Amino acid sequence: MVESLSNNRKITDRKKRPFEKLCYFFIYLLSACVLALVVYFISVILIKGLPAVTWSFLSTAPNPIKQTIGIFPSIINTLYIILFTLVICVPIGVGGAIYLNEYAKSKRFVRVIEFATETLAGIPSILYGVFGYVVFCVLFNLKVSLIAGILTLTITVLPIMIRTTQEALKAVPKSYREGALGMGSTKWYMVGTILLPSSLKGILTGIILSIGRMVSESAALLLVAGGLSQYMPRGNVVEQLSGSGSSLSVALYTYAYSRGDNETAFGIAAVLMIIVILLNLLTRFIAGRLNRK
Amino acid sequence: MSEIKIYTKNLDLYYGEVQALKSVSMDILENNVTALIGPSGCGKSTYLKTLNRMNDTIARVKITGDVFLDGEDVYGKSVDVTILRKKVGMVFQSPNPFPMSIYDNIAYGPRMHGVKKRIVLDEIVEKSLKDAAIWGEVKDRLKKPALSLSGGQQQRLCIARALATQPEVLLMDEPTSALDPISTTKIEELVSELKKKYSIVIVTHNMQQAARISDYTAFFLLGELIENNKTEIIFSSPKDTRTEDYITGRFG
Amino acid sequence: MGRANFENELKQLHSEIIEMGSFVETAIDDSIKAFKGNDMELCKTIIENDKNVDEMEKKIESKCLWLIAREQPIASDLRKITTALKIITDMERIGDHAVDIAELTMRIADKNTFADSIHILQMATAAIEMVRNAVTAYVNYDLALAKSTEEKDDEVDEYFILIKQELVEIFKSQPQNMDNAIDFLLIAKYLERIADHAVNICEWVHFSQTGKHKNTLIF
Repeated sequence: MVESLSNNRKITDRKKRPFEKLCYFFIYLLSACVLALVVYFISVILIKGLPAVTWSFLSTAPNPIKQTIGIFPSIINTLYIILFTLVICVPIGVGGAIYLNEYAKSKRFVRVIEFATETLAGIPSILYGVFGYVVFCVLFNLKVSLIAGILTLTITVLPIMIRTTQEALKAVPKSYREGALGMGSTKWYMVGTILLPSSLKGILTGIILSIGRMVSESAALLLVAGGLSQYMPRGNVVEQLSGSGSSLSVALYTYAYSRGDNETAFGIAAVLMIIVILLNLLTRFIAGRLNRK
Repeated sequence: MSEIKIYTKNLDLYYGEVQALKSVSMDILENNVTALIGPSGCGKSTYLKTLNRMNDTIARVKITGDVFLDGEDVYGKSVDVTILRKKVGMVFQSPNPFPMSIYDNIAYGPRMHGVKKRIVLDEIVEKSLKDAAIWGEVKDRLKKPALSLSGGQQQRLCIARALATQPEVLLMDEPTSALDPISTTKIEELVSELKKKYSIVIVTHNMQQAARISDYTAFFLLGELIENNKTEIIFSSPKDTRTEDYITGRFG
Repeated sequence: MGRANFENELKQLHSEIIEMGSFVETAIDDSIKAFKGNDMELCKTIIENDKNVDEMEKKIESKCLWLIAREQPIASDLRKITTALKIITDMERIGDHAVDIAELTMRIADKNTFADSIHILQMATAAIEMVRNAVTAYVNYDLALAKSTEEKDDEVDEYFILIKQELVEIFKSQPQNMDNAIDFLLIAKYLERIADHAVNICEWVHFSQTGKHKNTLIF
């Protein structure tokens, strides 16, 4: 009888396990480091950045005459970019995912598309910028403009939308589909009344992830949408979109790099960070409301 | 003598290369309960799903032979599958209520087939829940989520949901195999009541259940229909030794 | 083969009934032997041993009921168990009749004068053979043997009528021995009842294979 398996050992007979204790120590140590890093990161940005955030900072355009800095145009551009990109890529992404999951007959075709989306998700953003410039700015003759930026971002963010929607659809139990079809439902009716409502949480996650990606895009937008916005946004949306303009991240880059104005850069960084934190809280809130249903 | 509600003749079914049903010819009589029995993988569930074309949803399925409902070819070119499935309802093995309220679950079918008026829907919901012997238990909480019900109640809810489309045939795929004995008894009593208005085909693994509630029993083995006869005969003196061996538990 | 436990139980049931059958055969064999040879000791033994037969009946009865409760037998399994329940009743009655014959033998004692003048020994032989054949028919589920045994009952009934006539003659010619003679009539009657029980056993053997009892389909 093997000693360690024999039943002579009492259940209270604890073995000393030094290796495990060492592992625990390291894990806690590393976790503490990570936590410290995050706290440091957020504090540095807020501490250095918040002083620059004033009302005029937030609500005016840069005025060379008065020598003031304002990021209002960039804020508006960022919002436009988020809104219009979502308007285009959510229907395409959700629709595409529904097709791939529910309608596509050839398994091979689906796998090819899935491979493509996974690959696209990992491509560095500067490549999207180059692609966008060549195709949208030059080929489609949109010039360097917000609309070109929106279209470029659509391509960047589409893989995310498709993937998360697909995962959400896959998570809906097969029994719901069978139940609906068994009662005489057409596939469309079943998708609209059962699948989409059930996958809403997942789709929302996809949207939040996409927004996060959009907000962080700088390289591609710099190439395709243009540099620092100098003027207040035009009233006419179409005009605004067809002109060039910077998003917040591009503005940050410009101030930090081209102008060496670190104070402003930190100010923008603080604003961006607050926006990201707010978006996260929004996600949790909406997810919580959906859960209660 | 009961009318023939559904009949199949020389029905073959292939999943790709594998033949799952071999030349099955069988009548299903109106206002009777027909039980399908047989060991796992014998084709009884596959046969059941052929009757309402649920096999269409599976890729690489090939079907030859005749399946007729009320004298009409179920696999005909001009058949609208949604109407077929309205006429031939289905209840599945595990209760699968939708993630909605009890009311919306029952109203799903009627709404889908075009019923919009609130009053009419209310009536249909009440009648279906009463026919499924669950009205008393849920009438005060129709807006509560269906998933808050117990397993046995959920299954009766699914039966009510199937009844809401006013079908003529009810297909039940091992409806009580996931339930406790008391829920099982309730559903068996329900089936005995329902057969007065509907024709029922039920797949079951439970010999005693088949003996208790069915009028006719069909024994399947490896895709073939071995014996189909009145339940009394199948369970007292079956003609085929394979049937006898199966029902006495000597295999399967 | 599935249900190995159940199969074993059914085999054991079969053996237990065969055992009870042989006990009962021995009992009436002995009772006729005792009657022929005026053996009082043997009579006492037969009467003693009857409680074994009764015990066996109870044991088998209980086993059958438990098998029904636990195993939910249907089709041929249910026929086998039903047959078992029915024939142990008949066997137990045969055992009781053996005791009755032994008790009568003890009453007749030395006054046994008519054994040779009436056909009672022939009738006994026929009845015992019927019982033996009935049990054998059960052992092997032999429908042909069961049928021929049922037909033999006519022979035993004829013997009874014959013996009655012979005894009526004796009543007329030897009225002083009437008391004794009546005991002989009773023994003949018990033999006739034993034969009837053997027929019952054969009918149930027939049922166990075909589901028909006395030509009516009951299961």
